[in-house]
Amino acid sequence: MGLSHRLAERGIDRTLWLLLPGILFALVLFIYPFVYGMGLTIQPSARIADQWGNGIFANYIAFFNDPFIFDSVWITLKLAIPVALFNVIISVPIAFKLRGKFRGKRTLMTLLVLPITLGTVLTAQGMLIFLGRQGWLNKTLLEMGLIDQPIQFVMNYWGVAISLVISGFPFAFLLISSYLSGIDPSLEAAARTMGAGWGKRLTRITLPLLAPGLATTFILTFVLAFSVFPSARLVGDAMGSTRVMSLMAFRAFGEQNDYSMASTIALMMGLVEFVVVLLVLALRGTLYRGSTGGKG
Amino acid sequence: MPQNQPFQQLRLRSIGRTYGEYAALRSLDLTVEQGEFIALLGPSGCGKSTALNCLAGLVPLTQGQILLDDERVDTLPAERRDFGMVFQNYALFPHMSVAKNIAFGLEMRRTPKAEIKQRVQRALEQVRLVGQESKLPGQLSGGQQQRVAIARVIAAQPRLVLMDEPLSNLDAKLRLDMRTEIRRMHQEQGFTTIYVTHDQEEALSMADRLVVLREGEVQQVGTPEELHNKPVNWYVADFMGYRNILDMTVSEVASDGRVRVTQGGLSLWGSAQGALPLGTEVRVAIRPDDFIVTTDAGVDIPNPTPTTVGVVEYLGREYVFDCALPGVGSVHVKTPVHPGAGTQLRVGVPAERVLVYPTELASQDAMKAAV
Repeated sequence: MGLSHRLAERGIDRTLWLLLPGILFALVLFIYPFVYGMGLTIQPSARIADQWGNGIFANYIAFFNDPFIFDSVWITLKLAIPVALFNVIISVPIAFKLRGKFRGKRTLMTLLVLPITLGTVLTAQGMLIFLGRQGWLNKTLLEMGLIDQPIQFVMNYWGVAISLVISGFPFAFLLISSYLSGIDPSLEAAARTMGAGWGKRLTRITLPLLAPGLATTFILTFVLAFSVFPSARLVGDAMGSTRVMSLMAFRAFGEQNDYSMASTIALMMGLVEFVVVLLVLALRGTLYRGSTGGKG
Repeated sequence: MPQNQPFQQLRLRSIGRTYGEYAALRSLDLTVEQGEFIALLGPSGCGKSTALNCLAGLVPLTQGQILLDDERVDTLPAERRDFGMVFQNYALFPHMSVAKNIAFGLEMRRTPKAEIKQRVQRALEQVRLVGQESKLPGQLSGGQQQRVAIARVIAAQPRLVLMDEPLSNLDAKLRLDMRTEIRRMHQEQGFTTIYVTHDQEEALSMADRLVVLREGEVQQVGTPEELHNKPVNWYVADFMGYRNILDMTVSEVASDGRVRVTQGGLSLWGSAQGALPLGTEVRVAIRPDDFIVTTDAGVDIPNPTPTTVGVVEYLGREYVFDCALPGVGSVHVKTPVHPGAGTQLRVGVPAERVLVYPTELASQDAMKAAV
């Protein structure tokens, strides 16, 4: 038996060359920058080293001990977790309502999903025009005499939260719709014939089967919201209530020219996301995750 | 032993369901006695599943009424009808154990815990699944899943059991076993059952009465014997195993209800099913079993026709061969002995087993008028 034949039996043959472009991409665009960034974090700048000690972990010491930096972790979580939860929870009833066939479904779906195509900057611009102090909404409310003072919708926590809902909801809705369509409708029919009203069908059949999908959707919208940057700056309170981690990283990089601190913050961002994702996945692991009988 | 009898009669009063212009089910009338096993029979698209879903309350009626004695049921939602349904794809709850699946209906009825446990255990025994109660449906074979689906329904002891082609996803042997099983459970429990199938053998072997449907219309209602021996039209005959359906013309009418039908070179005496004047285009139905075969020229047989044996199939106890008859193409003939392909022989069939039907299928209104 020839060498090539024996190698082929172990799955080593010429088709493996097809992996090459992918591996190259991963090396050049992900692994190298990641390792390089990690390397930067243990080469603290003189400024940080002076302030927080001379060890190679000065950046990390600074991250955990400088409240101005470390508070951004809570600020970001306080923004991302409620927004991700809201996106998931609001998507469920809408996805339910839009299940099945009816006239105008396509139009309605398009309208709901359309914000995906808007960039965050465009969304922020629109929000400023519509919700700003001089925006249409405030003007209208003032003229109708419903309020005496313009309501502060933007340039604060709520501005960023609204913007994240606008960009995150379509993702959550699309994902949950597809999870829902993966649940065999005859299961609900069976539950009906067994005497279950809609509440029992929801809590005993549909939600338990949908739960793993909800967890996955939560993870995705959470990650999306956690890395918020443009809207935190454009419709948020960039140095106050929406001082999110990505802004802090940008500040270190752009304003202080401190690449190594910026890398540290970016790395810690990834770590925080990772911890939340692991927690949700662990929770999801306790749920039923097999077939849901449908086409999904 | 029959359970407590919650009703005497289930009456379907001209129930129907239309989708826009399309009538999935037209005016089904049927009275079912407590404890009866009724099969709705027909090919796909005949309206049998629609009828079942209407009964279950999963599809609203567009006409008619469903009555249990004097109680109107069609206005109740599915969850308040107290009917159990076995689904074609079983529809077991994939995230619940076998025991939880069976207990679900009882929990919905707020049955006391101790009683639930007892009834789940009993249902498991009835479908022979003791020891499997903590498994998830995905861990069971198709036949076992089927039995869970049945156990789930009988444990709740509903007023009416509906079954939607419950055996169609099983292999041939299991199908036969489950057939006996369902029939046995029906005899022991006495559940009033409405069973939908496209398999005439299944329907004939299980049901007390059959309802044959075609394009949403009832063709015939009767016992298996009635339908088997006296189909009202060629469509029902075709469904009841009259494999030979021949297009012919009435050429002679005798006074005793017999008619002579001819086509090409073939001429047969048959018995007219309905008024058939001379020259009527007819469909002639003959069962493969009703043929008499002989190679002996001296034997006298009814409606003798010489022919040559074509393809022979072995069916276990007997053989079916096809042979060309002049003018009508080939027919299927059953014999107990292997005829030998290419053999010249004569086939005959008694006139009373040659059922002659008008080609035109009477509409329901016309049938009602005739009754």
